[in-house]
Amino acid sequence: MSEHTVQSPLPGVFYRSPSPGEPVFTDVGQEVTADQTIGLVEVMKQFAPVLAGADGTISAFLVEDSATVGPGDALASIDVA
Amino acid sequence: MIEVLEAGLATSVQDTGRTGYYRYGIPPSGAVDAYSSRAANILVGNAEDAAVLECTYLGPRLRFTEPAVVAVTGADMPAQIAGEEVPGWAALRVTAGDELSFTFLRAGARAYVAVRGGIDVPEVLGSRSTYGIAGFGGHEGRTLRVGDSLVVGDSPSAPPAAEGFETPRDLRPVLARENDVRVVMGLYDDRLTDRGRADFLAAAWTLTPVADRVGFRYCGAQLEWVEREQPFGAGADPSNIVDAGYPIGSIQVPAGSEPIVLHRDAVSGGGYAMVATVISADMDVVGQSAPGTTTRFVEVDLDEALAARAHRAERLELLRWAARP
Repeated sequence: MSEHTVQSPLPGVFYRSPSPGEPVFTDVGQEVTADQTIGLVEVMKQFAPVLAGADGTISAFLVEDSATVGPGDALASIDVA
Repeated sequence: MIEVLEAGLATSVQDTGRTGYYRYGIPPSGAVDAYSSRAANILVGNAEDAAVLECTYLGPRLRFTEPAVVAVTGADMPAQIAGEEVPGWAALRVTAGDELSFTFLRAGARAYVAVRGGIDVPEVLGSRSTYGIAGFGGHEGRTLRVGDSLVVGDSPSAPPAAEGFETPRDLRPVLARENDVRVVMGLYDDRLTDRGRADFLAAAWTLTPVADRVGFRYCGAQLEWVEREQPFGAGADPSNIVDAGYPIGSIQVPAGSEPIVLHRDAVSGGGYAMVATVISADMDVVGQSAPGTTTRFVEVDLDEALAARAHRAERLELLRWAARP
């Protein structure tokens, strides 16, 4: 089993749920597909989806919800199926 | 023809801007890093006011249906042609069917893509720049979308830079996560107390994600205003004034806590006191700041501002000479 790191495509603020108070897109231990949204990065009043990028199981989130992130920053890791 | 396979986050057609209409509320628009936009055009042999693509934070993926010469400048956002990494700040030969794509942004905020011949969109009020809020200029008055096709203009007579030429480092902008931005104080800095003024210049301001072509919003300190009975027509907050025109580069500080530097798609007027104005030579530094960048505003006088402007013009002249084949 290999590990895939999900990187932020953008500088901005990383959110784990679609809007405040709503459940997170996904959580540690859940299975995801490559094209599944695992979070959002907000910049310039736009919310860009962060896709898992690989099929597998989320093993960790590497930044907090609402953290300021830079492009290429590691956001989550996935144990690739 | 250039086909847009992926649009990036906010990719728009820009040139040197639309001057002369700000008094009607129409801002200049144009590349927010004017130096890099001109440099990209110089490298491909275009007139410096030819239209280029401004690619913010995330680059597009473009397919060229015909051979082309392109240059990528501005932010450090490594470009690839047909999957191979290619140098920035150089004239690159593209063959028909090739794709130009980008990897993650490493520094700065906006990359510029010039194509020999320029992006041929109709001029609106004398410019090809996109003004997205009003929905005119550029390609259909908006940022690019997947499926768009862009027409390349006729090749200019001037040749592109020689194959293998890369712009020397000292003729490229410095892209740092901490930067100084020079300002001339005023017109309304008298609204700040001495302490408020000192705090404005001493604070390390962090750029927030609310940063676009209209304005760049920072946070980091709370400024103190001179108490007064607000005049008729001004709002109740001490950062309010009777409405006035907003210069490009002017810094307003709503509520005293979040300075906003207005950039090339600025609103032309309103009721916030502008405590300082960024000098023209440093507007590109603001334009290449990404959220999280720490900025200090450094006070200069008008002579220093004009000297900085002249220095910037000299660097561009050096690049024109260096890039000659």
